[in-house]
Amino acid sequence: MVDLALIWAGLIAFSVFAYVVLDGFDLGIGILFPLFKGRDRDVAMNSIAPVWDGNETWLVLGGGGLMAVFPVVYATVLPALYAPLIAMLLALIFRGVAFEFRWRTKRGRSWWDAGFFGGSLIASFMQGIALGALVQGIVIEDRAYAGGWWDWLTPFSLLTGVALATGYALLGSTWLVMKTTGNLRDIAQKVARLSALGMLTLIGAVSLWTPFLNPIYLERWFKWPTMLFSGIVPVLVLACFWWLWRSLSAQRDTAPFLAALGLFALSFTGLGISFFPYIVPGALTIQEAAAPPESLGFLLAGAVVLVPIILIYTAYAYWVFRGKVDPEEGYH
Amino acid sequence: MFEGFDALMLARAQFAFTVSFHIIFPAFSIGLASYLAVLEGLWLIRRDPVYMAIFDYWKKVFALSFGMGVVSGIVMSYQFGTNWAEFSDKAGPVIGPLMGYEVLTAFFLEAGFLGVMLFGLNRVGPKLHFTATVMVAVGTLISATWILAVNSWMQTPQGHVINEVGQFIPQDWWAIIFSPSFPYRLVHMVLAAYLTTAFVVGAVGAFHLLRKRGGRPARIMFSMAMWMAAIVAPIQIFAGDLHGLNTFEHQPAKVAAMEGHYETHEDGAPLILFGLPDDEAEETRFALEIPKLGSLILTHHLDGEVKGLKAFPKEDRPPAEIVFWSFRIMVGLGFLMLFIGAWSLFRRFGPGDLYSDKWLHRAAVLMGPSGFIAVLAGWVTTEVGRQPFTVYGLMRTAESASPIEAPAVGASLLAFVIVYFLVFGAGVFYMLRLMRKPPDTPDTEEDKVPTRAAGLTPAQAVEATSAGGNHG
Ligand code: HDD
Ligand code: HEM
Ligand code: HEM
Repeated sequence: MVDLALIWAGLIAFSVFAYVVLDGFDLGIGILFPLFKGRDRDVAMNSIAPVWDGNETWLVLGGGGLMAVFPVVYATVLPALYAPLIAMLLALIFRGVAFEFRWRTKRGRSWWDAGFFGGSLIASFMQGIALGALVQGIVIEDRAYAGGWWDWLTPFSLLTGVALATGYALLGSTWLVMKTTGNLRDIAQKVARLSALGMLTLIGAVSLWTPFLNPIYLERWFKWPTMLFSGIVPVLVLACFWWLWRSLSAQRDTAPFLAALGLFALSFTGLGISFFPYIVPGALTIQEAAAPPESLGFLLAGAVVLVPIILIYTAYAYWVFRGKVDPEEGYH
Repeated sequence: MFEGFDALMLARAQFAFTVSFHIIFPAFSIGLASYLAVLEGLWLIRRDPVYMAIFDYWKKVFALSFGMGVVSGIVMSYQFGTNWAEFSDKAGPVIGPLMGYEVLTAFFLEAGFLGVMLFGLNRVGPKLHFTATVMVAVGTLISATWILAVNSWMQTPQGHVINEVGQFIPQDWWAIIFSPSFPYRLVHMVLAAYLTTAFVVGAVGAFHLLRKRGGRPARIMFSMAMWMAAIVAPIQIFAGDLHGLNTFEHQPAKVAAMEGHYETHEDGAPLILFGLPDDEAEETRFALEIPKLGSLILTHHLDGEVKGLKAFPKEDRPPAEIVFWSFRIMVGLGFLMLFIGAWSLFRRFGPGDLYSDKWLHRAAVLMGPSGFIAVLAGWVTTEVGRQPFTVYGLMRTAESASPIEAPAVGASLLAFVIVYFLVFGAGVFYMLRLMRKPPDTPDTEEDKVPTRAAGLTPAQAVEATSAGGNHG
């Protein structure tokens, strides 16, 4: 008997992760936008312009897919995170339209650049807050959200907000190290070091805080023998960080980005260790929250065929735009 | 600040506001994507650079419209959860997978190939580039198919059972996707998107013809658009009529509201052309009516029975005041479109000339926004007419909302209104500014900046020869 709910939990986790790292580097570039001037801005933006829309689609799959396969999660977590999610959606509007609008006006360009920066920063920060609020736990009674309207706002969620925005800045800067040359790459290189240090510190702070939010987490991370497994994660984080630092010093192009992806993958695994078997910590398990098998099976039949196809043509689209961005490209 | 308001009313206003903005962009991009594919196909077959010039002209507009469609669409997909939590929990098992398929089959396809289409011409060559354009166009149509399957199931639900916690559990996916109103809605909406685009393209062509600019590209645009109007407008009226008959069968209360009938007519209902429906007094005042015609249209018999709103309990009736008028706006515009199409045929095959009839050009400019208005009016008819239900006959709107308090919904509604008018207002302004430029004049300074929509350098060379060939 295949466990459809578990497979779907894995698929949703995959699309959330795909969203976080893919849109993460787009948003990161938005966060760093004020550091660049003139032509460097155009190049930075052109390095992501052909792919950002596909990257953001993982957000629609993560969110919309949740409605299909874990409707009760969709119907409780989204109202619980009402304010940060609405803020995120509005912020994504500003940064999404900036890709087109800034080329359509000379006078207004600095406004849309500001919108691109502000939109990216706020969207990242709100996503981090949403994550923190979820980790803290959400009050659910009788299949409905039963908490207050400001429950999401706590020192912990603010910390995760800052942490995610810093992580995105790391992804964005290492992406630019990989895709650009000259002055822009030099700036990106410096930012990558700073944000790597920042991210390591913040991962540390969040990891030390998390176990004390909920006894389940404490047990997961600090109890023998589970500690044996969970203990590997922090060790790997340090190794990844070391690789990142070394490859930046060695002026490597691709390795820093891969190392940054590694840091995200490990943090994500850490979250998985804390959550499992819950999908909303402390309130709903994966099995309880799953949609009826008719829904899970119907969508899964398509997903197993379509997701690989999507990955193939997405890879193709990246491949078409491979290599360093030519600063002359897009100019005429 | 929003204490006096009811959270449900505010949530409805927010949904109506955001979806109305959203539909404007897809309606345009569905049509425009197909138009671009046709133009590029013509360019490949005939090797006439003029088609590439027109392609390039509309590509920039498309990029703007598509971008706005995407960001307003993402809002929609989260709004079901934030504002309609009860509905999402109960109907999620049925409509969620359909929307999931929309993401997997349409949104990824569009997004994946959009980048290649917008600025990959020189990297992949014309053939693969054309493939990318076609993929984007196909993606927009697939997207419309799934979302309309969702909406149609909500209008005419079938193929499910209801479980002990009140969730709709899918039983027969075929029946769910092909619910009774789906084929009609899909045809009607896709035709609507094509007409919308045709009238925008036609207006732009006519505008430049009136100013004696734009040369061959403007003439080609105008002619293609007028062919669309002449062929599709009558089909749309026919499709709309069938759609109405289907609605009469499955949602008679909606049709009663559309027609402004409060009384049931057992032996032949009149067709009310105009009047003022009054839900309070339960009558349509100052009705200007043609006897028996209503029955003839709806039942194909002079004496067929047509139920009035009074045949339904008061709490199950849609508000006729809105539906009656929105329906007339749509139908009126449909006939105006038909008229423009016929006029263009008259000029093509009769006396005069399509490219020198100033009054036809003026009328076409005026009709530029008509598609958008008809689409919005049509959706208002459909959606308001199904009230007070979200899942027709089974789940009420009042039972669908999230447990969110009025101040929170009010604040978010206000934020949406401000941001949408600001951002999409600017976007529409940029689109209009692009359309004001004649298609074949060299780019102005404004466009000399690097642009994703204008393509990469070597592609530019291709485009330059196209434009050059067209002057010479
Ligand atoms: C997939 C589903 C879907 C789609 C494609 C649409 N709607 Fe809708 N609409 C709903 C799903 C829905 C809903 C969730 O079912 C609402 C929310 C509350 C309600 O009663 O129905 C609704 C309500 C609603 C209302 C409020 C009606 C009232 O409260 O009396 C309006 C005016 C519209 N919609 C307008 C539109 C327009 C202009 C659309 C397209 C352009 C549109 N809807 C597409
Ligand atoms: C409430 C209902 C709707 C929801 C939840 C919704 C959701 C979305 C989302 C999330 C996107 C962005 C996809 C991306 O990231 O690329 C989108 C775009 C799009 N939507 Fe909708 N949508 C709705 C209604 C409609 C309707 C009624 C139509 C047309 C019949 C439509 C057609 C499209 C198309 C063609 C696009 C592609 C972008 C564009 O062409 O502008 N949508 N929609
Ligand atoms: C005289 C011609 C027309 C007739 C008789 C007609 C009929 C109808 C009817 C009966 C509905 C309501 C369906 C329901 O009950 O849910 C509808 C909806 C709609 N109409 Fe029309 N229509 C006409 C022209 C147009 C035109 C010209 C456009 C746009 C260019 C348009 C766009 C729409 C849209 C977008 C909807 C909502 C989606 C749907 O339910 O398909 N219609 N139409």
